[in-house]
Amino acid sequence: MNSGAFARTKLHFLALLLAAFAFVSLPQAGFAQAADPAVAEVTDSPNTDLSAASEVNANAAENRSVAEGEVVAGDEAGGGFQHFGPEMIKGQPEAGAYGFQPQYSDNGRFGLWMHDAILMPIITIISFFVLGLLMWVVFRYNKRANQVPSKTSHNTLIEVIWTVLPVLILVGIAVPSITLLARQYESPPENAITIKANGYQWYWGYEYVDNGGFEVISNMLDEAEALDAGEPHQLAVDNRMVVPVGVPIRLQTFGSDVIHSFGIPSLWFKLDAVPGRINELMLTIDEPGIYYGQCMELCGALHGFMPIAIEARTLEDYNAWVQTQPGGMTVEQVRAQAAQEAAAAAAPAAAEDAAEQDGPAAEEENAEVAASEGQTA
Amino acid sequence: MATTADGFTAHHDADHAHAHHDADHKPGFFARWFMSTNHKDIGTLYLIFAIIAGIIGGAVSGLMRWELAEPGIQVLGQIIQFMGGDGTTIEQQGHMWNVLITAHGLIMVFFMVMPAMIGGFGNWFVPLMIGAPDMAFPRMNNISFWLTVAGFVSLMASAFVPGGPAGNGAGTGWTVYAPLSTKGSVGPAVDFAIFSLHLAGAGSILGATNFITTIFNMRAPGMTLHKMPLFVWSVLVTAFLLLLALPVLAAAITMLLTDRNFGTTFFNADGGGDPVLYQHLFWFFGHPEVYIMILPGFGMISQIVATFSRKPVFGYLGMAYAMVAIGVVGFVVWAHHMYTVGLSVNTKMYFTAATMVIAVPTGVKIFSWIATMWGGSIEFKSPMVWALGMIFLFTVGGVTGVVLANGGIDDNMHDTYYVVAHFHYVLSMGAVFSLFAGWYYWFPKMFGRWHSEFLAHVHFWLFFIGVNVIFFPMHFLGLQGMARRYPDYTPAFEQWNHIASWGYVIMAVSMLVFFVNTFYALFAGKKAPGNYWGEGATTLEWSLSSPPPFHQFETLPVIEEHHSHYDHIGEKPAKA
Repeated sequence: MNSGAFARTKLHFLALLLAAFAFVSLPQAGFAQAADPAVAEVTDSPNTDLSAASEVNANAAENRSVAEGEVVAGDEAGGGFQHFGPEMIKGQPEAGAYGFQPQYSDNGRFGLWMHDAILMPIITIISFFVLGLLMWVVFRYNKRANQVPSKTSHNTLIEVIWTVLPVLILVGIAVPSITLLARQYESPPENAITIKANGYQWYWGYEYVDNGGFEVISNMLDEAEALDAGEPHQLAVDNRMVVPVGVPIRLQTFGSDVIHSFGIPSLWFKLDAVPGRINELMLTIDEPGIYYGQCMELCGALHGFMPIAIEARTLEDYNAWVQTQPGGMTVEQVRAQAAQEAAAAAAPAAAEDAAEQDGPAAEEENAEVAASEGQTA
Repeated sequence: MATTADGFTAHHDADHAHAHHDADHKPGFFARWFMSTNHKDIGTLYLIFAIIAGIIGGAVSGLMRWELAEPGIQVLGQIIQFMGGDGTTIEQQGHMWNVLITAHGLIMVFFMVMPAMIGGFGNWFVPLMIGAPDMAFPRMNNISFWLTVAGFVSLMASAFVPGGPAGNGAGTGWTVYAPLSTKGSVGPAVDFAIFSLHLAGAGSILGATNFITTIFNMRAPGMTLHKMPLFVWSVLVTAFLLLLALPVLAAAITMLLTDRNFGTTFFNADGGGDPVLYQHLFWFFGHPEVYIMILPGFGMISQIVATFSRKPVFGYLGMAYAMVAIGVVGFVVWAHHMYTVGLSVNTKMYFTAATMVIAVPTGVKIFSWIATMWGGSIEFKSPMVWALGMIFLFTVGGVTGVVLANGGIDDNMHDTYYVVAHFHYVLSMGAVFSLFAGWYYWFPKMFGRWHSEFLAHVHFWLFFIGVNVIFFPMHFLGLQGMARRYPDYTPAFEQWNHIASWGYVIMAVSMLVFFVNTFYALFAGKKAPGNYWGEGATTLEWSLSSPPPFHQFETLPVIEEHHSHYDHIGEKPAKA
């Protein structure tokens, strides 16, 4: 269901009254959030799910030790997989620019539109209106131009006007604002791919939860290395976060030591990585390219030196890349393997269970896995 | 001038035993300045303290702008070496950067703006404006000040003790977020910084109770709440905000202390705590805190605009209750500082809506100031020029606040330079312009001598240009995605950063003009009469000499029927 359209039609009434605004946004908000439990419904069958999760842990542990040295080599030895060169850089700051970076996601374009077409004109007009009034007052009511001051000290009508008019403007702003929020909180569909960004002091680790659970450790390149690679330093990294294009990404963030924040300006995405909780938002990237971001929450001495580089590839490329990673599998392979294991270990009872898809037990088990993940790290 | 209450005069005359205690008898130097119970002396102490803290906090921001003038790390290593460290590794330099941003924030908030606004001008002028001889609790007033000084000493000390593996000093940001401030910062520096906030907070709470008691109980006969000057209203609202918000901060940072030192896990997920709880507690204090910093400025601007327009403030009751509304709503918008922390969509929608509501009473104030000037006969003395600058720049900072209020938009602005630009427009331009407006408005009243109006105007224009050159480009940097609290940046950000750093130079020159002007005034300024602004200055402080006697209003002034909220000293008009 299209929540954005739902929001717009529903919130159409809000322009009438501020009170109505609060009231009407409640069901809207509830709708957007009701989907949260769906987080747990990662795969189709409970058994598949569990085995995949245990795989995750095993691989993650294994991976941590090899990742640093190994993946750099993986670039060349990666089964013929070719990473994007600097010509594919799309999301990066531009010297001397004075607006947002170009946006490469639906929500980003909506946010950009709302800022550039609604907010900026309104605040510019208000600022110049106040400036104009001040100028007028300065020229018209200075001591030379106006010897005798008036004694006017109130005027109910104008006071009501300058109270009510701002309220109406704000309600006008609130409508697209609430719509944007509802869009950002849409819940990921069934085919979404889960990727977890772990913030460490001071680098990022990208855990491919649905692809075998390997983790890619991503460190900043120093200036010479970045220049060699033709990338902007302070933003370039050794191992990029490779993600599929056009497929919804269930992007989770987690802080392993202190709070970090995963922020990508050109994708309109920012989510704190907090110890003890997994945050999650959906991100869908439109086109292949490299999108830079940085840690956006003060996290200690090298806070300024843990950039993020997302490399968005077609789903085929993504699957190819996944298979070059230690323990990496496509989603289909993960499912196939899990089904195989289930069948091998299968008592007939278990097979019956598997047939009974999406049982409530599955959700519980998944929630437990998520919780324990949160606490161990 | 207001008539005086006869009974008190008679009592005073009859009291021969105390005849030598005339209004201008002053104690010796040590007793006067270190054991002070006189609200004017304590106000002066606060102002001197705020200026010293402002010099340090401003110098720290100078180091930051120096470092950011071009990409790469140039200055931080030298600072560490200057402070006796080694400073060669990037960790040490990054930590030093975090120490600088932390110090700049804490100093400017707790030891510059607050002491100057509330401690300085509040102490000086609340009793004078309500016709009281002093504050309700003069000794408590003194301890409020010295607790603030002790807090500052503790903060300065934190820079010289270990704050983590990478060096000395607290590098947590002024928000002191857990777990960076707990398990992320080993060593006593953060404890010193936290203790500093405890002391300054205790001082402010005592000060707030003092102001509330004074304003409620010691107004001159006839001065009803609805006849109080707007500056007194602003301090009253501010005092309530302090009283309600600071204990929450105290609780939060006490929990930080116990998490750090006694093994509790309030904010530690390993023990079932939640780091986000700290942010809720901090911002429940932190958001009212920003109104604490600006409301007294609103009050001063109201007095100044009315004085120099020679017109009563437009919409007095609307102005007073707009401040009350800002204070009340200011307590229910805190999570807009936490939009990216993982709030639910309902929460973000609520805080978006609630935050935007604040624009309404703020707009009422802006428009009422303009309406006050409308039809007036305006003289552009230095305080008025600062006030005009404040009104415009605060508007600019206010409208970017409306942009940031939108939870969905803020996702791409949170913790970028756009936010830095926004809060410096409302504070470094809103609050600081008010402070300078108040300074030039009342300087001759406080110290009895004239500053140079010419230099005050030069100060204004240089400062105005300087701060705009510093902070306006920060909007662009923020929109392009430059993160806050970064000592280094990708070369694309160089251009605007370079320009901003030149803006700092202009601003620094303007501050030189300010100090020259101040010393000129103190040592060579012309003597100022009691009411040097003329007929527009109608509150009670203008009925006294400049400087006022050491003890004023030993016979209380009386606010008569014919006196209104804007005129407390005019003669009764002759019957037509």
